[in-house]
Amino acid sequence: MMETTSSNLEVEARAGGRRTPLLSQRRFWRSVGDHTVLWLGVLFMLAPVLLAFLTSTHDAVTIHRDGLQFLPGDHFGETYEAVLFGATGFTGKATGLVMTFNSMVLGIGFAVGKIVISMMAAYAIVYFRIPFATLAFWVIFTTLLLPLEVRILPSYEIVQKMGLLNSYTGLILPLIASATGTFFFRQFFKSVPDELLEAARIDGAGPFKFFVDILVPMSKTMIAAIFIIMFVFGWNQYLWPTLITTDEGYYTLVRGIKQIIQVWVGANIPEYGQAMALAILAMLPPILVVVVFQRWFIKGLTESDK
Amino acid sequence: MASVTIDHVTKEYSTSGRPAVSDVSLAIAEGEFIVLVGPSGCGKSTLLRMVAGLEKITDGEVRIGDRRVNEVDPADRDIAMVFQNYALYPHMTVRKNMGYGLKNRRLPKAEIEKRVAEAASILQLDEYLDRRPRELSGGQRQRVAMGRAIVREPACFLFDEPLSNLDAKLRVEMRGEIKQLQRRLGTTSIYVTHDQLEAMTLADRLVVLNKGEVEQIGAPLDVYRSPASTFVASFIGSPAMSLLNAASDGSALRIGDVVVASGAGLAAGPVTLGVRAEDFILAPTSGGFAMQVSYVEELGAGRLVHGAVQGQMLTLSISADHPMTDELIIAIDPARLHLFDASSGKRITPRRETAEA
Amino acid sequence: MKRVIFGSSWLPYAFLAPQILIVIIFFYLPAAEAVRASFYLENPFGGGSTFVGIDNYKDVLTDDNYVRVAKFTFWFSLLVTFFSLAIALLLAVKADTVLRGAKSYRILLMWVYAIAPPVAGLIGVLMFDQHVGPITDVAALFGYKMQIGVNYNDTAAAMIIISIWKQVPVNFIFFLSGLQSIPKAVREAAQIDCRSSWRRFWTVTFPMLAPTGFFLLIINITYALFDTFAVIDVVMKNEPGSNPMTLVYKVYLDGFRGSDLGGSSAQSVILMALVLLLTIFQFRMIERRVHYT
Repeated sequence: MMETTSSNLEVEARAGGRRTPLLSQRRFWRSVGDHTVLWLGVLFMLAPVLLAFLTSTHDAVTIHRDGLQFLPGDHFGETYEAVLFGATGFTGKATGLVMTFNSMVLGIGFAVGKIVISMMAAYAIVYFRIPFATLAFWVIFTTLLLPLEVRILPSYEIVQKMGLLNSYTGLILPLIASATGTFFFRQFFKSVPDELLEAARIDGAGPFKFFVDILVPMSKTMIAAIFIIMFVFGWNQYLWPTLITTDEGYYTLVRGIKQIIQVWVGANIPEYGQAMALAILAMLPPILVVVVFQRWFIKGLTESDK
Repeated sequence: MASVTIDHVTKEYSTSGRPAVSDVSLAIAEGEFIVLVGPSGCGKSTLLRMVAGLEKITDGEVRIGDRRVNEVDPADRDIAMVFQNYALYPHMTVRKNMGYGLKNRRLPKAEIEKRVAEAASILQLDEYLDRRPRELSGGQRQRVAMGRAIVREPACFLFDEPLSNLDAKLRVEMRGEIKQLQRRLGTTSIYVTHDQLEAMTLADRLVVLNKGEVEQIGAPLDVYRSPASTFVASFIGSPAMSLLNAASDGSALRIGDVVVASGAGLAAGPVTLGVRAEDFILAPTSGGFAMQVSYVEELGAGRLVHGAVQGQMLTLSISADHPMTDELIIAIDPARLHLFDASSGKRITPRRETAEA
Repeated sequence: MKRVIFGSSWLPYAFLAPQILIVIIFFYLPAAEAVRASFYLENPFGGGSTFVGIDNYKDVLTDDNYVRVAKFTFWFSLLVTFFSLAIALLLAVKADTVLRGAKSYRILLMWVYAIAPPVAGLIGVLMFDQHVGPITDVAALFGYKMQIGVNYNDTAAAMIIISIWKQVPVNFIFFLSGLQSIPKAVREAAQIDCRSSWRRFWTVTFPMLAPTGFFLLIINITYALFDTFAVIDVVMKNEPGSNPMTLVYKVYLDGFRGSDLGGSSAQSVILMALVLLLTIFQFRMIERRVHYT
């Protein structure tokens, strides 16, 4: 191993002057190759959405006649106005604006609820010696094992029995019933040095004060990171809102997609433009959050996950 | 300011097994600077944390002033503590870090400001008051941690290895500052360290701990000059004292078959002989013995010579001017040799009838 | 565990209560109910149910349709997992090597993470649309008539491609952060020891990425099994018919559309067992991983 390396080096050294341009040329072509692969990747990710957006700026007849559009059209205003203020559903309650509002409520409500509840639980688990602590731990963390999808039917029945269909509570609470957040904050709290708690005790802070004065403000970055992940997760919920909300006044944007598909199937000339506009509207806020708070987002994703 | 009394204090983590701290008693006078020193796991931090109230006391009593504090909450013990990693609140400014304890005690705002300002000027932190810990250097953070202790105006300072996260140069600097500050404030202090040099330079009195028990209590120089056991002898002082297995026949002390000192006043049998590196005599006129040199450490001002006598390792410090050879003829200053019981390691004071020079 | 622990009497309980309550009501009760219902036959005309033992399971497992769906789920998961991992790994390695524009590539390649699966499905449906879809047009150039929603294989392909598209960004982010956490000294040592960058990748970089890769493997299988529900729902445009579907979709279909409560519950329980198995496997591997890192 060593020998080959050193002999290679010798060869290179002997070749001297001629070697350098050759080497840099090879490096250049390799870098061109790298960038080409990356650009193909970017194209793969970007093209469908770009196409969807461009198409959404044309009117339905054009699209139906000529297929998807590769250039911007002049129906941007009309299409988006129709989607935002016009009714997508049957009762007229589900305008784009209403759905955006509902999506916000779901995204923010879910993220905030999850963070508050899981921070409190994690604090109790990490910082207190209580009987049944291990039991509590397992009761909470077993929920990591089973996604909502596999217990969807009985979950629906319980929410129905509680009279929470078509309500924000029914929409949000059952989604919170998983321990991802608690697990994440537990990990973080465990990494907080013990001395901080000791210093706080000497400074006269009790358990509640320590939580409010020290631990919560210290977790700011963590909270931001987890908020972004949870907001996107909540905003993007599909199956659960589809089951829980039958009243169109509670439709979220993502739930609205199903509506479009249903209307679409029967239509002669489907409203491709408006469908795409709604899709763009549904993806815009989470994309903005992820791109703008990129650093926190990556931190939250790679440090928290399940 | 107050005295601190540690009265037969024991700490057990589980009923089985060796106690972490075993029956330690110590009376600390008002304004005294006490250093608890020992290797890691000797129980020094546990002892300090019991005084702080961060560990429960299994047995015995801790008194601050005249008050028994065993059951008192740390916040109400009138102490302040400086932690190894400083334990500064990362989201608070220096000002808030220092004032947090006072705020919790519901001191008036003006009073808090006054005390923080005073402490900041003592520690030269005035311009950093509105920064957060992460914007400070290691030395500055250390100072903030000190400041947080000072503003409380406590009866007693507790230091838990406060300098071990600093680099060597800064450590020496801060050591001096802590000493001066303690002199100036006159606050009773208990300081924990594993660094014997730090212990020697800071302490009014040293407490050497080993395996949860007190090995020796005394002024630094006393401990250095007459260590109570082989443990203390090897722990305090650098380079460590050379400890040699010797045997006495009642008249002479031998290592192997070489006579190294008089054995007068000693019972016949094995004994551990201890000599500090600086207490060897080079090229004596009489009674010398040969040492094979294995290697030399140059220190600039002098040199440390490591070698063997009869296969036993020893270290001596000599002047850098002395010519080096593979073999040195040395003797031991009889007034400065230390004798320890070969099995218990405790110091033995031989009854010397005749003082031979 | 923390060294100094508070002994407050009520606070921890008050703090734990909301989480425990929610988990019990919305997790344990439904899960238990699913298990219970899987042993009962619901009376179709209302009025109670009868205990039928493991009949529901027998019915499910011997149902040709279920076996077909299970087979599809297997291939679907395999393909989605493999391709989304492979594409993401390739892109991450390249994004890690290029000096210029690394940050821009990162953003451009990861933002699709934020798109909801049904939205991805909708856009995909449009791409594959029989009238307007550009992909259908391209297929037509080669003389192939693509019929999403009609032709089983075409529909399956669309589902798989859309699912891969949606999953590449997550894998990309994890692979990239895994690559970036490889210490510089290790890379430099490898550069001295090995000239070929191809060999360097497979002998040094790839093994060091193995923990990330394994973690992602589990995540991706879970994704393919459950999170693709919306993609599938949207692509088949609400008309299951003879379209391909995954196991989770069948649970939903039989439970909500077919009102076969017992059968649907039995399927749920089978899926639960599958996830449990995956998780145990994951923990085993993580344990072993600890030994050699």
